[in-house]
Order: sequence, then structure tokens, then C-alpha cells
Amino acid sequence: MNVIVCVKQIPDPANLGALDPSSNTLKREGKLILDESDSYGVEMALQLVATAGGGEVSLVSMAPNSETSGLRTALAMGAAKAVLVSDPALLGSDALTTAKILAAAVTRLGGADLIIAATESSDGYTGTVPEQMAEVLGLPSVTFAKKVSVEGGVLKVDRQTEDGYDEVTCPLPALISVTAGVVEPRYPSFKGIMAAKSKPVDEVTAADLGVTPVGWAGAGQKVSSVTQAEARAAGEVIEDDGEAFAKIVTFLEGLKVI
Amino acid sequence: MGMNNIWVFAQVANGAPTSGSLELLTKARSMGATVSVWVAGDGAAVAGALGEFGASKVFAVSYGANLAGVAVASAMKASIDAGQAPDLVMFPQSYEGRDVMARLSVKVGRTVLTNNVEIVADGESVTVTTPIFGGNTLVATTFTGGTPYLAAFRPKSFVPESVAGSAAEVVVVNVPDLGVTGAAQVIAVHVEETTGPKLDEANIVVSGGRGLGESAKYEMIESLAKLLKAAPGASRAIVDAGWVPYSYQVGQTGKVVKPSVYIACGISGATQHMVGMKGSKNIIAINKDKEAPIFGIADLGIVGDLHKVLPKLIEALQSR
Repeated sequence: MNVIVCVKQIPDPANLGALDPSSNTLKREGKLILDESDSYGVEMALQLVATAGGGEVSLVSMAPNSETSGLRTALAMGAAKAVLVSDPALLGSDALTTAKILAAAVTRLGGADLIIAATESSDGYTGTVPEQMAEVLGLPSVTFAKKVSVEGGVLKVDRQTEDGYDEVTCPLPALISVTAGVVEPRYPSFKGIMAAKSKPVDEVTAADLGVTPVGWAGAGQKVSSVTQAEARAAGEVIEDDGEAFAKIVTFLEGLKVI
Repeated sequence: MGMNNIWVFAQVANGAPTSGSLELLTKARSMGATVSVWVAGDGAAVAGALGEFGASKVFAVSYGANLAGVAVASAMKASIDAGQAPDLVMFPQSYEGRDVMARLSVKVGRTVLTNNVEIVADGESVTVTTPIFGGNTLVATTFTGGTPYLAAFRPKSFVPESVAGSAAEVVVVNVPDLGVTGAAQVIAVHVEETTGPKLDEANIVVSGGRGLGESAKYEMIESLAKLLKAAPGASRAIVDAGWVPYSYQVGQTGKVVKPSVYIACGISGATQHMVGMKGSKNIIAINKDKEAPIFGIADLGIVGDLHKVLPKLIEALQSR
């Protein structure tokens, strides 16, 4: 069973993000890390391939520069290879273009039995790209998967809903988006980290994939303004001296909710 | 031409349109257009509620065991091909809303703008606003790719207003042949029972985070919530850890709540969480780290051990 995982390399979320004032896009300079949301998909893929007893996990990613440090993390976890669509022309690409690019990268790899993505990235969180990819590729999809297995070539998924969850079955090939927490991502071993250095990363441009126009030229949107929201002021902060609970009671009484 | 024809996709949960859907219906009406509502499933069950908030027509997509996303998007595309293209389609930022808009996006060759909290139409120009960086920065984005524009909105972006309208006319729409894209089938539906007030509708929300230390300590959150007639909530960290179900999650990828009082216990205040609760009228935070970002937005911040503060608070409230 071959699985392709869509992974995004993002600025470290521990640092406050910033916009590039000239382009109004998120600054993605310097070291990019594997989006934690994608580590669940990578782990899921590795487990499914192991259970199937054969096949491999490949990665597709898109970045405006040649950054690979996030990809190397996923390769160190156990993925075999990657296609990185790296092209300055991609800057400003909208969600639809992103989906077309990633779908073309999947096709370049010759497709797979299963394509996995996170439900949304942790930096841009548009939250539609997996389902858009499925439509571009003409595949069935099961989004918001919180439990996944493959039995006899058929995918079985518990899919999160507003009310609870649905049990869904789907023949392969298919695409799924997985929620955080669906599996426990492994830490790359030292051996894995060393092996990842020599795993193949096929770097291609949008033109190589035949997807045009991309970036701002192909976007159905333009940023018209960026403004600072009114900041919420901090109130009183006290150290608990054993009686802080009484402060909370007084506060709630003041609001007439108790 | 302006916004003459707007479609709203209404998310149905527990047999009723979500308040987020009614907000969009209200907003669409205020934009002075003909508004049609699309729902997945039984239109008759929601025609009354949707009519009350101003919908005159409901397209109900009879999707059987298909997933709603691909089914509703295909039905919408068929309607567009039949010459009924809208200028704008508004979606709630819900599971089905996201799936429908994503599939439709590719079918009509138009991008999507999601996570919006505002929309302004000026003639043919439509601009939506999205908060980023935990809500510190507002980005206004204008659609440039031609209609129909596809936009999704966070819950609590607008205030739903009833017009006391009569039940909407229901038009049942059959799903076109989905081919292989319709191969995913729902074989069982599970509804998770919840007791007490709903998280996104409660007047008070008490949430717990990693600072609780272990799964069993979430009982303190539940006890406090019960005493305050509040809904219990959680940070993504403890949902991912499996301590509580996903339906408890407050934040960017969970529920957006705007209660009168939000009590954050052992939650440091990651951007992901703050996005979901910073609209609360009053925020109380208990955390042992005085540098925790949550204190930056709290009206009352307690720097201390919640394992000491919460039992005393619970006891004080019990004795009232």
C-alpha cells in the first residue's frame, strides 16, 4: 500500500508570526518546521503501510523557497521520498491554486492508494485544501477522520461531525484529512535522522508541473488592507496567597452570575 | 449588478440550523439581496426555523448515505449550470460547510476565503475580513476572480435576528451522479450525548488545559461547571491527549465561544485557544506561570496552583 502525505513547512508557531509589509503574505523566511498537524498524517501513513506489510510513504509539499528542514523531519520519521514544489512564483497563491499544485505533485508521484492531509495548517488554516485536492484529482474523500483503518482494500473511518461522529467506508484510492490526535506521532530516531539526509527530495517548479498561472497572478483574491485589532486590555493579576478563590467569588458576584 | 442573488449553506446539528447559519442568513438579508438557503438532508425539519430568520426558499439536498460535501456541491453546480448562478455563497466555518465550499470551489474554478468575521459588498466588489495572529491583526481581502464568490465565516461573527417569517418553501434537490467521488458512504451515525448547556451557547464556560496535570483532574472542571450552570470546555492539548472528547475543544479548530464569563484553568493561552475565546465578555484565568499569555487578556488573573484554588472555589460555591 502506497500513501502520500501532504505536509506543510511553517514558521515555528512558538514565535509570533508576522506579515511581509510589501506582499502582505506570512513571512516564511529562515528555518521552517514540519507543521505539527501534519505529523499525525505522517504517523498514520507509516502505521497503515506497516499494517499492509508493504509499500511506502511519500510526501508532497509546497514552499516559496527551497526549504527542506520540515520535510527532513517527516523523512526522519520514516517517509521514503518527497516532491517539493519550490518556486518564488508561488508567493500569494490562493487555496485553489495550492490544491492544484499539490494535486499535480501527487500525480507526478504516480498517485497512491491513499492521500492524507491535516484538516488545516497551523499557520494559514484555510481548511479546504484537502477536499479541493480530492475534487481536482477526481477522488472520493473522507474529511475530519479521527480513526482510520484499511481492511481488504476498503478504508474505514470514524469522521468527526457537529453531533458526534459517522462511520464511513470508502474504497481506495481515496483522500482523507485527519484531525490532530488521531495517532501519537513518533519521534525521529537518530538512525532515522541520519537516513533522512540522503533520502530523495525531487524539487520542481509550478511550470514543471504544468500549473499556471500561480501566485498573485493566478489568485482570485487581493489583500486590500491590514489593520491592528483593538487590543484587549489585561485586568488585575494577583498571586494566590491561599485566598484567591474568594476574589473569584467576589468577581462572579459582581457580574451577578452567582 | 451588486449582490442580487446570495446562497447561504445552513449547517444542521441536532435537527436544527446552527446559530452560525442563522447569523449568515441575517447578514445575507441585510445585504439587500434575494437569499436562498441550501441544506443537506431533510428540508422540512428546518423550514420553520429558517423561515423565521427570513429564508423564503430552502434547497434541500437529498444525499442518502453520501457525505454531504460532495453531494451538496454537485447539486449546487448543477443549479449553476442551469442558469441560476449566485453572486455569493456564504458558508459557516463548519465541517460540512468547509467540504461543500471546497468541492464547489474546484467545480466552478473560484477560490475560497475562509475564517471571516465580516463582509462588505460595494457594488460588485466584495471584501471579507479575517483575524490573524490570534486576532491581533485584521486582514481585509477582496475577491478578484469573478462570481460566484465563496466565503466562510466563523461562528458569532454576526447577530442572528428573527423576522418572524413563515416557514420557507422547501425544494427537494436530488444529487447528480457523483461517479467515483461519491464512493464514500456513511454506514452508521453516532450522536454524542451532551448534558447541561451547549458550549457555544452557554452563559459561562469553564475550560481546563494541560495544567490539570492528569485526565482524572478534569472532574474539577466538571464540578465547577455544574455549580455555575456552565458548559465545560477544553484546550486542544488535552483533547489531543484524549482526556475529553473533541466536542469540548475551544479554539481555532474547535468551538468559538463568547460567553459572559470564561474561566480558563491551567491554560497558557496559545494562539490556537485564544482565537476561540477572546470574545468572551469577562475572562478569569488561573495558571501557575505568571508569564502565561492568557494573563494578557484576563480581567482577573490568579497566579497559582489550580489544584489548590479550584477545590476551595468549588467548596465556597457549594456552601452558598
